[in-house]
Amino acid sequence: MTAASQPLLDVNDLVQRYTLPRESLFRPPGQVLALNGVSVRIEAGKSLGVVGESGSGKSTFARVVMALERPTSGRVELLGRDLNQLPADELRRARRDFQMVFQDPYGSLDPRQTIVRIVAEPLTALERTDRATLRARVSAVLRQVGLRDADMDKYPHEFSGGQRQRIAIARALITQPKLIVADEPVSALDVSVQAQVLNLMQDLQEQFGLSYILISHDLAVVDYLCDEVAVMYLGRIVEQGRPEDLFDHPAHPYTRALLAAVPRARAGRVRRRRGAQAIASQSSAATGCPYISRCPLADQHCREAAPALRRIGETHLAACHKAEEVMALPAVAGEAG
Amino acid sequence: MGNPANAPLIDVDNLGVRLNTSRGPAQAVRGISFSLKRGETLGLVGESGCGKSVTALALMGLLPDNAVLGGSVRLDGRQLIKLSDADYCKLRGNRISMIFQEPMTALNPMHTIGQQVAEPLRRHKNYSAGQARTEAIALLDRVGLPDAAKRVDAYPHQFSGGQRQRVTIAMALACEPDLLIADEPTTALDVTIQGQILDLIADLVEERGMSMILISHDLGVIAENVERMMVMYGGTVVESGPTDEVFRRMGHPYTQGLFRARPRFGARKGTRLKTITGTVPELADLPSGCTFADRCPLVVDGCRAALPPVVEVGHGHGVRCIRTDVSMADRVGAVSA
Repeated sequence: MTAASQPLLDVNDLVQRYTLPRESLFRPPGQVLALNGVSVRIEAGKSLGVVGESGSGKSTFARVVMALERPTSGRVELLGRDLNQLPADELRRARRDFQMVFQDPYGSLDPRQTIVRIVAEPLTALERTDRATLRARVSAVLRQVGLRDADMDKYPHEFSGGQRQRIAIARALITQPKLIVADEPVSALDVSVQAQVLNLMQDLQEQFGLSYILISHDLAVVDYLCDEVAVMYLGRIVEQGRPEDLFDHPAHPYTRALLAAVPRARAGRVRRRRGAQAIASQSSAATGCPYISRCPLADQHCREAAPALRRIGETHLAACHKAEEVMALPAVAGEAG
Repeated sequence: MGNPANAPLIDVDNLGVRLNTSRGPAQAVRGISFSLKRGETLGLVGESGCGKSVTALALMGLLPDNAVLGGSVRLDGRQLIKLSDADYCKLRGNRISMIFQEPMTALNPMHTIGQQVAEPLRRHKNYSAGQARTEAIALLDRVGLPDAAKRVDAYPHQFSGGQRQRVTIAMALACEPDLLIADEPTTALDVTIQGQILDLIADLVEERGMSMILISHDLGVIAENVERMMVMYGGTVVESGPTDEVFRRMGHPYTQGLFRARPRFGARKGTRLKTITGTVPELADLPSGCTFADRCPLVVDGCRAALPPVVEVGHGHGVRCIRTDVSMADRVGAVSA
């Protein structure tokens, strides 16, 4: 551990447990472990991608990091301060440093407010600013995301999906945050517009030294924008490392399955058959590896002992007993180029 | 009526659709022609608003009453345009079926899945309730719903997204249709589930000798699942041909742009995505001439004069562009890229 450089974000052993609706009077209600011991560190200016299927806990992770939910246990420290220990008004002021961009640019902008009010809202919630300064700040941030001053007094319905996502990004930028948590920021956008928004996110990072936590189901998007990737499965990180570690030499069978499932746009592709896969449930508290029901390599040892996240390369962690074996498998047919 | 094997099952000629929107009449689809024989598969690719779903709805006779249709759509030689609603009802779910994007909204939450799968059988084949139920269980079993016999009386909310999509596929297949239209059947699903659903659809198409029209915005899905493809933009088909051929030598600047704009593996941090400038035009105010002219890097004056004719650039490979000499010199696609 290098004590010298304090990480921007330090998440330690995060657990989030939800109680299901009671099904019977006589049995205790079921529980879902949405996060089951998640730890990550992000250095300033670096980005983390979180991938996984629905139900893997990636959105819960985003909500807990944003302090929108209090975790059952574990710590979220931003710049050395534990967000869950802060008194309410201090937390509110601390929010200046971390902002969020949501998936749906249609649902996340209030249709009855003008763009200037939408974008300025994080500022007005934080401090008293006079109208002229506010408009100047909004205009500056709109230009940074590629919109014009004239757009300030329009309403969200006058913009396309890509432009709306730019507005959402402008709103996140206006407090000059150090961390932006983006939950599927481009999955609702058309391919041609998606590229514009991804390029913008990369430019802004270079310009302001931002960090992103990018939640996505699209591995290529994460590959494009992130320095580090965490693959989540049933509330745990099952593999973590640099994109080149993960995507060139996946060490967890789940990462491999995710990679193999991505349809490749190229000539001469024939359908690759995939075996039927049962989807495990989050509430099952079985012993052994949580991925066991889908894993082609599972054996008795996997059934008995749950693998811990362990170091298998300099920057590469995986939670699999057979990580070395998986890495030795032939590469998943990639998209050359 | 005798049905020679080489006669087209569905023959669409110069189909046009004009919709009356709040912003005035919009030519949503212009001059679409294709024909499909039994067992053939066709893909429609494009971004939102390009007219791919409107084309599908036109084939299904599901457009709003104020839509104006032109051209001809023949199913086994029978003209479907201007067919009365009552006659269309006899075709829909019987000879032509459709799978929709959102499995949750496509299912009625108030009816059990068994009732919903049995409905087309009761309606079109006059099955008794008992017969229909038995058949529904067999269908649900075929689409891979676990424990079909037990779960036939469950409601849609009791299933996951992937399972719900299996149920809608069972509904679509109940009467063994000749033509299956799948409109973004996997867009709402996780990538691993997407593979399973596409495998299932491919198996069923093969097993029952159906024709299929697969609509998707994902070039990868199209590359792996259909024999022929059409790329749509602004209501017209800008490029069409055998899938392999199109991916090997993309001819239209839009197809090329769409292909280049996708983030893909190996495009690591620091690289930039090639974007298509501008946004998808509103159907209500399409440019005259080539619909892509405003965003095209190769645009010349001639492009805006009139809708470019289709240029044959390979066997069955047509491109609606007057600058294929320049665009195809780049060799975008080139087997893998």
